[in-house]
Amino acid sequence: MQTTPAMDAANLPGWDPARANAIIDGLKQTEGAALPILHALQAEFGYVPHPAEAMMADALNLSRAEIRGIISFYHDFRRAPGGRHVLKLCVAEACQSMGGPGAAERLLHRLGIGWGETTEDGSLTVEKVYCLGLCACAPAALLDETPIGRVDDDALTLLAADAAGDRA
Amino acid sequence: MTTLYLPRDAAALALGADRVAAAIMREAAARGLSVTLVRTGTRGAVWLEPLLEVATANGRVGYGPMRVADVPGVLDAIAADGAHALCIGPVTAHPWFANQTRLTFARCGVIDPVSVADYEANGGVAGLKRALAMGGAAIVEEVKTSGLRGRGGAGFPTGIKWNTVRGAPGGQKYIVCNADEGDSGTFADRMLMEGDPLCLIEGMAIAGIAVGATKGYVYIRSEYPHAVATMRAAIVAARRAGLLGDDVLGSGIAYDMDVRVGAGAYICGEETSLLDSLEGKRGMVRAKPPLPALAGLFGKPTVVNNVLSLASVPWILTHGGKAYAEYGQGRSLGTLPVQLAGNVKRGGLIELPFGLSLRSLVDEWGHGTATGRPFRAVQVGGPLGGYFPDRLMDTALDYEAMAAAGGLLGHGGVVVFDDSVDLLAQARFAFEFCAAESCGKCTPCRIGAVRGMEVVDKIAAGRDLSKNFTLLDDLCETMTDGSLCAMGGLTPVPVLTALRNFPEDFERAGRKLAAD
Repeated sequence: MQTTPAMDAANLPGWDPARANAIIDGLKQTEGAALPILHALQAEFGYVPHPAEAMMADALNLSRAEIRGIISFYHDFRRAPGGRHVLKLCVAEACQSMGGPGAAERLLHRLGIGWGETTEDGSLTVEKVYCLGLCACAPAALLDETPIGRVDDDALTLLAADAAGDRA
Repeated sequence: MTTLYLPRDAAALALGADRVAAAIMREAAARGLSVTLVRTGTRGAVWLEPLLEVATANGRVGYGPMRVADVPGVLDAIAADGAHALCIGPVTAHPWFANQTRLTFARCGVIDPVSVADYEANGGVAGLKRALAMGGAAIVEEVKTSGLRGRGGAGFPTGIKWNTVRGAPGGQKYIVCNADEGDSGTFADRMLMEGDPLCLIEGMAIAGIAVGATKGYVYIRSEYPHAVATMRAAIVAARRAGLLGDDVLGSGIAYDMDVRVGAGAYICGEETSLLDSLEGKRGMVRAKPPLPALAGLFGKPTVVNNVLSLASVPWILTHGGKAYAEYGQGRSLGTLPVQLAGNVKRGGLIELPFGLSLRSLVDEWGHGTATGRPFRAVQVGGPLGGYFPDRLMDTALDYEAMAAAGGLLGHGGVVVFDDSVDLLAQARFAFEFCAAESCGKCTPCRIGAVRGMEVVDKIAAGRDLSKNFTLLDDLCETMTDGSLCAMGGLTPVPVLTALRNFPEDFERAGRKLAAD
């Protein structure tokens, strides 16, 4: 059975149509408004709830398919909630030269998740990223908005434990 | 009263600068010391970060790399005017800084990044004032004289691009700064935006005056939250000081700008993809022509320049294009902010006239590998740049020399690898990266990257080697000649330089199979 936004909106964590409407309304006049709106929605809800797609389409005079196309093009936008914390681990060349991808894979193994997945307790989503601009202190990570350089197995284990301990 | 300086650049933060700052304030309070702690950008010696500086009669004296545990001892040393193991002496006299030619990065790490007063006291705004006095045509001539070429990688002469936009008909024009610095091994744009954002703002305002554009955007990648925050704060400060707005410095000329944040797509560093993204679309590459200079953002004439190109402009306008062109060699004039990264002891940003050899960069500036293992390769110019072995390390860092060696200068990033690197794996990664980040518009890039991974996997497994090497060459030729932009067009560069310069890594699989 096809679900409609109205039917499962109740199951969307934190979804608030009035809040979404205010965000879209406040930004729709800016030039090239789609990315600023999507960033603002994700900042508010932690992801882009799908009923917001139709609201955006209306406001920007685009089709819902176009909005979905924009969301799916960019790695940043999430269509389902992530963990309470997001850990981005760099796997690009400078971090490769210092063993970054290996340390990242070992962390994922210890957490029992894959790239882009969230730990069972909902504390941490681990995402692959190509370069954080911290290439002279590789391997690099970004926990939410905190940069961390020269990470190793121990540092990553501690980061994950800190994230799990923070129930905020 | 002691004035201390400690960077808040993301790399310094990544190495604990905030913890050190908190420890300093705590310790100072406990001792009843009156301390002013100024948070600057970084001077670029990431290997010394967090680098604490103290104002003395002999200039700023540095201590680094600082850990929280070092704070009490360093404060003792500062109070006693005494020695400390972490003391590097007067910072600008330290060879790592003294041997550089800081034009674009002269203020980075020195001033409070969002203080217009600090900026002006250190030579800022002079270029903008001169630009306003001389007018658009003369600004373009000055930039042409400087020989400045696009620092994003393509190396197109900046003055010629500006001239095209200046001459283009059409009402609204735009200045777009490409700050989607996605190349691994590069961080100069981030460092400039976090350490001297007003310099970029000034450069963009000069560009606006030169071509008649009243609106600008800095498109910053989302992986740089600190650069985004600092740029935004600097724009607010610049507006308040009259550097931006309807009446720039009372000239009657309007120019204003905003920050836009990317969303994790490497391809948006390609200028036409960036423009589509700014317009609120998928970041799809456009066919050229039309050039963005004639039909760019929203179809209007648009200057698209890299952060470093625009940030070089205030110096050029202040000191003259001729003075800038006295640095460098051949057709690569001025300075190049080299970013030395990866497996290297002394990594960071080094601004020098074009022409430094890779060998002196890695050996003399970098002091060899961080792991202490033998050096094996560098990759120059990001994920689309070439891999070079020891025998090519005398190649100079300039546009033409790098191209002649089969690579490219790109955005000036150099990533060092020790002897544990497997160049076959690096070649595979080049395809993997292209497959993940291709916009998908053209077939050679979209399909070629995936097929490339498969071929490299077959070579790794030792299957039909001669057939697969031929296929790999053929595929690379198709991608080089048939791709719409540099993403697909240059992915063969890391692949083929890895294959040609390190054939042993590709033949190993076959040999192993034969031995079995």
